[in-house]
Amino acid sequence: MNASLAMGAYGFYVWSSVAVFFIVLLIDTLAPLARRRRNLRELRARIARQENRRRPGTPPSNESNA
Amino acid sequence: MANWVPLWLHRLGSPPVFYRFAGAVRPWALGLAIVLAGVALYGGLFVAPADYQQGDAYRIIFLHVPSAWMSLFIYGAMAVAAFVGLVWRIKIAEVVAMESAPVGAAFTFITLVTGSLWGKPMWGTWWTWDARLTSELVLLFIYLGVIGLYHSFEDRRQGARAASFLVLVGAVNVPIVHFSVNWWNTLHQGSTVRLLGPSHIETSMLWPLLTMMAATKLYYVASLFARVRADLIASEGGKGWVRELLAGRDGDAA
Repeated sequence: MNASLAMGAYGFYVWSSVAVFFIVLLIDTLAPLARRRRNLRELRARIARQENRRRPGTPPSNESNA
Repeated sequence: MANWVPLWLHRLGSPPVFYRFAGAVRPWALGLAIVLAGVALYGGLFVAPADYQQGDAYRIIFLHVPSAWMSLFIYGAMAVAAFVGLVWRIKIAEVVAMESAPVGAAFTFITLVTGSLWGKPMWGTWWTWDARLTSELVLLFIYLGVIGLYHSFEDRRQGARAASFLVLVGAVNVPIVHFSVNWWNTLHQGSTVRLLGPSHIETSMLWPLLTMMAATKLYYVASLFARVRADLIASEGGKGWVRELLAGRDGDAA
């Protein structure tokens, strides 16, 4: 097993390639998930601000200022 | 003719339908991609024999070649989506084209780096200005240009339209990358796997390669769908269906 992990004299090159492949794709996987959560959070904050602008007592104006 | 295919495609063109569809497909595509990549790497790194000329260094092929295929395949998919978006003004097509670019750039980057890590022990150099390497580097710059152009507009759809033109113009580079090893005298080796005619590779080396190809295709679907979902939340933020999503009836907005 140790011999096959060493990849002859090429362990550094082979395992660096494996690492680059997985690190880049891991970042590529996580980035859009974080972006979607951030977008949802910002949208929630925007809606809350719009709600606050309406005076208490006035009827909600049915999702206008979008 | 099967009538439900265009009907189904037509319905997928609606952002809320696509959002839900993408959310349902993404985890399965990603899970299957991870399993297949694991199997392929086990087969490629441990089961397949060493190459008679390159020893164990050739094993980089199982990462390098599927990534290189994806760098071109994603460009093709992006170009088709950009064309559809430009001609029929279908919003989902524009979003798919624009959100394909970062995934394509990631695979192009992996291709260049793993190629470099393969070139150093085999050719004795990290980099050379040879036709295949240079055209692949140009491909990375085109991907980055598309991403940059898309984000440089205040109005997203205007940005998508401008960047879609760049996608179509940049498509000339795809055949150049593919045929560069035939058209010019290059240091890079020729194609190992061929669609037409026999492949120059043993079965024990071929199956991990093809399994990895399937894994990277599925990965592209998963990553693209996650990106399209993130994009739609922002670009459709004012629409009723996103507001309903935020109200959180299906718990999908968590």
